[in-house]
Amino acid sequence: MRHLPQLYRAQFRTTFADQVQYRGALAIWAINLILEPVIYLAVWSTVAASQGGAVDGFGARDFAAYFIAAMVVNHASVTWIMWEFEFWIRQGTLSPRLLRPVHPIHQTIADNLTFKILNLIVVLPAAAVLALVFHANFTISPWTLAAFVPALLLAAALRFAIEWTLALAAFWITRVGAINQLYFVVFLFLSGQMAPLALLPSPIATLAAWLPFYRMLGFPVELLLGHLTPTEALWGIGAQAAWLAIFVVALNVLWARGVRQYSAVGA
Amino acid sequence: MIESTAPALSVRDLRKTYSVPERESGMRASIRSLWRRRTSEVVAVAGITFDVAPGEVVGFLGPNGAGKTTTLKMLAGLLHPTAGEARVLGFEPWQREHDYLRQMTLVMGQRNQLVWDIPVADSYELNRAIYAIPIDDYRGALAELDELLELGPLLPKPVRNLSLGERMKCELAGALLHRPRMLFLDEPTLGLDVTAQRRIRAFVAAYAERHQATVLLTSHYMADVEALAERVIVIHRGGLLFDGALGTLVERFSPFKTVTVDLDYPVEGLERFGEIVSIEELRITLRAPKSEAAALTARLLAELPVIDLSVSDPPIDEVIDRVFSAPADEAEPARLVGTSA
Repeated sequence: MRHLPQLYRAQFRTTFADQVQYRGALAIWAINLILEPVIYLAVWSTVAASQGGAVDGFGARDFAAYFIAAMVVNHASVTWIMWEFEFWIRQGTLSPRLLRPVHPIHQTIADNLTFKILNLIVVLPAAAVLALVFHANFTISPWTLAAFVPALLLAAALRFAIEWTLALAAFWITRVGAINQLYFVVFLFLSGQMAPLALLPSPIATLAAWLPFYRMLGFPVELLLGHLTPTEALWGIGAQAAWLAIFVVALNVLWARGVRQYSAVGA
Repeated sequence: MIESTAPALSVRDLRKTYSVPERESGMRASIRSLWRRRTSEVVAVAGITFDVAPGEVVGFLGPNGAGKTTTLKMLAGLLHPTAGEARVLGFEPWQREHDYLRQMTLVMGQRNQLVWDIPVADSYELNRAIYAIPIDDYRGALAELDELLELGPLLPKPVRNLSLGERMKCELAGALLHRPRMLFLDEPTLGLDVTAQRRIRAFVAAYAERHQATVLLTSHYMADVEALAERVIVIHRGGLLFDGALGTLVERFSPFKTVTVDLDYPVEGLERFGEIVSIEELRITLRAPKSEAAALTARLLAELPVIDLSVSDPPIDEVIDRVFSAPADEAEPARLVGTSA
């Protein structure tokens, strides 16, 4: 454990060197990241305009603020471990990783952070430009900004833990594509990525509030934009911490079982 | 010291059985397999027992599917055995304790540990961090590996730009930066040209010698084993067929000697001397039962215009081929296990 900081530094350098090799891929990823909120924005602004300027209290400028903040939060919490892990298993590259005196999760954490830091160079200016172009209605108070920081970090940690846990399905199922697809469809609806939760039919909104998806994206966004009361904010951060604890335990249990299974059938 | 007398590697009745899905061909069988999966048990390693002393280099031989790689994977800690015990450097390998992993390495020809898109040197830096190698030790190890393998010009190159041989050298060096005491090398020279093979071989020998490292090595190239290992363990159909000195293996499985003579001028009727393997102009190669080789040599010298004569064991490849092609009942594992070298 003592040498973990050194390991992270080395992994940062490696990932950095690896990623800057593919500037084209980085640029495409950035375009994809920016295009998504623009599309939602365009759709919802049109809907708002057709309904006399607002949908359930959301005007075009509110939508702009919501989807731009969602873009930043999404960037901060995104992972690709579900594909990567399947690749490790299918290509057999998990085996050498298991024989290193360090848990493979550390590499993925370092990779993930490096990618995000590197891409902030694009994401933050893009958010600023979009906010100007679409006249986003950002009214942020000091307390929401202060509460946003832990909420964002917890959202990222939670998403990482959940998607790592789901990725472990690859230990038992050879093709996890179907599971990934299902997860992303549910995520799209229940996290608030496609629309603010308030605009969903109320049973779905209630369900979403009790599931972890909203805590990974919509919650920090709404917290930042001042849609929540301090009590709701505290309650939400508590829910994030609780979900995180559950999934960290699940991840550990399933990892141990999965590795045992993997090393029983032919690593 | 107790350390030096205890075996580096000790294997007792190690077994591995895989459960393999089984299905008849055809559409109907495919549909049936949707709800009923049939599996069959395949014995990969059928209970093998051996010890390896610290610093020993052992060749691990067997045809494809004999259970070599499965054994290596169990000993490296990747696979749980179905039954049996193993201790490597005092550890039970499949517990994968970090203290164990830091002292051993498994090199499997096709699996790359190096990061594809970045310079070799950067991958090594990462390994340094993974194994927590102190900077001075790291520099020492790298200098030594560079000296043995001439890595210098390769270090700044991205791995994807290396040739197969260069990549193997770099893989091997990367796997040894932490100076493991136990090396499992699975086909380290696979796909390399003769020069590169010789290079890798010399390197493994030098490394093992210098660091008193224990090496268990599988290879399809007998030259690897001849150059590196005095002792060989042969497994066949999951069982131990032979464990002993390479020379003993040859003796045991080849009851023949090869006698080669160079003649001064052509001679007719050579058949009377025994089985002729080849005649190339004035060079005649004969095969004789071991017990008759001395008498044959005397006869040849007395009756023919001999310029030169040599008696040798048949090529090791030929011997191994005989071992592996022997029917199962003839090659009863228990009876052929030789004395340990």
